[in-house]
Amino acid sequence: MAQSKDFHIVAETGIHARPATLLVQAASKFASDVTLSYQGKDVNLKSIMGVMSLGVGQGADVTIKTEGDDEEAAMAAIVEAMGTEGLAE
Amino acid sequence: MTKNFKGIAASNGVAIAKAYLLVDPDLSFDKKTINDVTAEQARVDDALKASSEDVTLIKSKAEKNLGASEAQVFEAHLMVLADPEMSGAIKQKIADDKVNAEAAVKEVTDMYIGMFEAMTDNEYMQERAADIRDVTKRIMSHLLNVSLPNPALIDEEVVLVSKDLTPSDTAQLDRQFVKGILTDLGGRTAHASIMARTLEIPAVVGSDVATKEISAGDLVIVDGLTGDVIANPDDDTLATYQKKADDYLAQRAEWAKLKDEQSVSADGKEFVVGANIGSPKDMAAVLDNGSEGIGLYRTEFLYMESDHLPTEDEQFEAYKAVVEKMGDKPVTVRTMDIGGDKHLSYWQLPEEENPFLGYRAIRISLDQTEIFRTQLRALLRASAFGNLWIMFPMIATLGEFRAAKKIYIEERTKLEESGVKVGDIKLGIMIEIPAAAMLADKFAKEVDFFSIGTNDLIGYTMAADRGNDRVAYLYQPYNPSILRLINNVIAAAHNEGKFVAMCGEMAGDPIAVPILMGMGLDEFSMSAPSVLQTRSLMKKLDTTKMAELAKQALDAETNDEVIALVKEVTQ
Repeated sequence: MAQSKDFHIVAETGIHARPATLLVQAASKFASDVTLSYQGKDVNLKSIMGVMSLGVGQGADVTIKTEGDDEEAAMAAIVEAMGTEGLAE
Repeated sequence: MTKNFKGIAASNGVAIAKAYLLVDPDLSFDKKTINDVTAEQARVDDALKASSEDVTLIKSKAEKNLGASEAQVFEAHLMVLADPEMSGAIKQKIADDKVNAEAAVKEVTDMYIGMFEAMTDNEYMQERAADIRDVTKRIMSHLLNVSLPNPALIDEEVVLVSKDLTPSDTAQLDRQFVKGILTDLGGRTAHASIMARTLEIPAVVGSDVATKEISAGDLVIVDGLTGDVIANPDDDTLATYQKKADDYLAQRAEWAKLKDEQSVSADGKEFVVGANIGSPKDMAAVLDNGSEGIGLYRTEFLYMESDHLPTEDEQFEAYKAVVEKMGDKPVTVRTMDIGGDKHLSYWQLPEEENPFLGYRAIRISLDQTEIFRTQLRALLRASAFGNLWIMFPMIATLGEFRAAKKIYIEERTKLEESGVKVGDIKLGIMIEIPAAAMLADKFAKEVDFFSIGTNDLIGYTMAADRGNDRVAYLYQPYNPSILRLINNVIAAAHNEGKFVAMCGEMAGDPIAVPILMGMGLDEFSMSAPSVLQTRSLMKKLDTTKMAELAKQALDAETNDEVIALVKEVTQ
């Protein structure tokens, strides 16, 4: 059963620079597939270039899905990364 | 074969060492059809792995030599190398099109570079395109089995020869091994030149031909005093320059004796010779050179070297570190001067036709007051730990100064009411816009001090960008028009009993110093390595004679005439 969660991006810079790096690092620790969806496009959250290519700015609504053996732990790590960076609510 | 040519003398001293060419090798390749898909995909994995190993090594070198923040760019490179989508796309291309690894890497990375470069409204993404380009070069070099220059890994004494030096190149340099710098491009104020002076590495820039004329391993003489470059010299020339190098070092040692002395003229008039800094990291050079103050602390580097707007506490720590190290000597902090050619990756300023005449410095601070207030609070808190002065950049009108001062007073009052200790701060302005220089008598009634920023003042007065080669001849610091503006500012300040400093290139320039002493300038602030040389020059000059020289210079007609006048009097 895949996990899915919506986030509203509040950080002024959107998902760029350091926040993007931290999200990718968090996702890369898990075996599960992690997908970031924004405006109908899906990218692999373990791919820094995929994430940045979406150009997610402040005020954007995105969805993150995790699917695999450790999908719950992966989602928890992403929620934490979003929180500590003040990236989303 | 011996070769001679000339460039621009950018950093003092003479270097003699083997050339290390920081030039990209030939990375061209033929697109081929392959049969063994698995073997070709394995080549990609090997090249990615070898590239990651390189970058990891370079990153740890950069962390050691320059600190963690300078090394961050390499973390981004590592993430690109580890990107599963990128390596997946490359391998897919090999399988689908039966092409060799080189062709597949190029096609996929070109796609990403194109995508990021197309985001023209986003400077951050454009920088990432440059990262991918860098990384691609490295992957290619491993596929093609050619070696890419790795300045971070140099382990013998060299003269670095390159077209130009980028901040990421200089970030990797090891002062112990890089004895000289020689480039094709750039001028005295280019990034490479400023870095070379800060690191006290002799440098010649803007030679046009260095990378063409010099081969790896050639013995090269770089004379940073005259701009002369000699490759593979004969024995006599080598001996002459060896002596010149030694003489220069002896001269420096002589200057070093003045480290703990006061700056005074031959007739006993006291001056303050201070240093300009961009971050607390520069403090070692400031103290080593016996600076009597910091005449300019450029705070924009705090903003530029971060990936977010620096918080009040981050700024407070930086300012406090500097004022504490200086003890009771004054530290003049300039509030943020972003805009013009200084950008932030995380905060997009509007595109403008003329950024140097646009939204920058105090103009931003007075518009984005929250950013300004954060900086002022950090400065006010740090002021309790030393002798801190604050100045506002790019002030054109009294209205701007009053508005900035009002915000300053509000923040000061709030802090004091909440029991925070605040020091005795002097509040001043940069004089870099001719409008403020002309109205200096009015400003002098309201400010505590002036600091003349000559680089911009000359640029705005001559209406010429000195970075633009076609009009660079208009950068004339000794033109009587500029001297009259400066003299007007000094006289206006003294008329009201106010202090006046200078923090541009000109303050440490041996042609300008005698004239400025004659005009009565109070503080001369310059890059730290020039402090002792200037102190030594001052000791030889008599201010009454210099006042006469200043009078003649103000009445001269041209820049060249002033240079001749100074040489006649001081030599």
